Amino acid sequence: MWQAVRSELHPSGLEVVTVALDVEAGDARPFIEQAHPEHPSLIDEAHVVDELFGVVNVPNGVWIDEDGLIVRPAEPAHPGRNPLNESFRTVDLSTVPPDVADMLTEARKIRSDPDVYVAMLRDWVEHGPLSRFALSPDEVIRRSRGRSDAEATAAAYFELGQHLHRAGRHADAIPHWRQAHRLDPDNWTYKRNAWNFEDPGRQGHTSAYDSSWFEDLKKIGAENYYPPIRP
Amino acid sequence: MLLTELEADPTDFETRTGWTIKPEGACKADVCVPLPREARRPDGRLDMRIVAERLGMPVVRDADHDLWAVGPETAVTGRALTTAVAPDLVLPDVDGRPFRLSSLRGQKVVLVAWASW
Repeated sequence: MWQAVRSELHPSGLEVVTVALDVEAGDARPFIEQAHPEHPSLIDEAHVVDELFGVVNVPNGVWIDEDGLIVRPAEPAHPGRNPLNESFRTVDLSTVPPDVADMLTEARKIRSDPDVYVAMLRDWVEHGPLSRFALSPDEVIRRSRGRSDAEATAAAYFELGQHLHRAGRHADAIPHWRQAHRLDPDNWTYKRNAWNFEDPGRQGHTSAYDSSWFEDLKKIGAENYYPPIRP
Repeated sequence: MLLTELEADPTDFETRTGWTIKPEGACKADVCVPLPREARRPDGRLDMRIVAERLGMPVVRDADHDLWAVGPETAVTGRALTTAVAPDLVLPDVDGRPFRLSSLRGQKVVLVAWASW
């Protein structure tokens, strides 16, 4: 999907850089190879972009201008409509097991505004700093995610866990990831990475963690999973 | 930032956190936080106890594996961004080749975080 955006807007001066927040780089490879990207497609095993840009969920996008200034901080960034990504909205719920139907019913409430972000991006590419979507430096900082000591500590625990997992000590990573989840419950990238190792795909409740994707989604209300895009 | 002892090479520290060590202190773009003289050891390495405290970076420890991790700064804006100047992110592509974000200066960039999960 981002390759399509790149094909459209690269001739007008936009480059796309995708960053996969996969602790195991190999998990991202098939998706990258299938997309045949012409743009840089990077791997961020330690979630450096969470720390440097305030990313807490995917997809999240950050705009950076020609001089290296951030003009929009991390926010939900859907690259347009994709029938594959939208298929969960149209599947016949009577054909799937009840627990899957429950999950899909909730997931359908997730707001994604697939047309909005790309329309904003087109406007910025055309009008540059005159685009109403390009924010001032003060506004960029103000709109970036708030960071308390607890949230910064969560980042440190996530990295400890990530390192131990990659060193072949997965069981030792879990206590650190539990701490990260406790300290920064709004960071879905920490939680989903961890849940996915225990229950790939479904990210269900296992003995390793106190919650699951579906449980936490219901807790906050699926309509709040992505904050609304603010022009 | 992961450490095996509470000291760090200034270049490694800059690469991972975006903070450059200058005579006036630790700087991110035009934001500088003064550091006491003892923050920099005679061998040029940083005393991370001092640097982390000044920047509001939490430090956590895994004693079993003799590891430390230093979280991002909280001291200046209390937000994820200390400045609107983009940090010079360096990450590998799927084949391990490093890519530097600043190599795209002169173009507009949309940086998109995603995941296979």
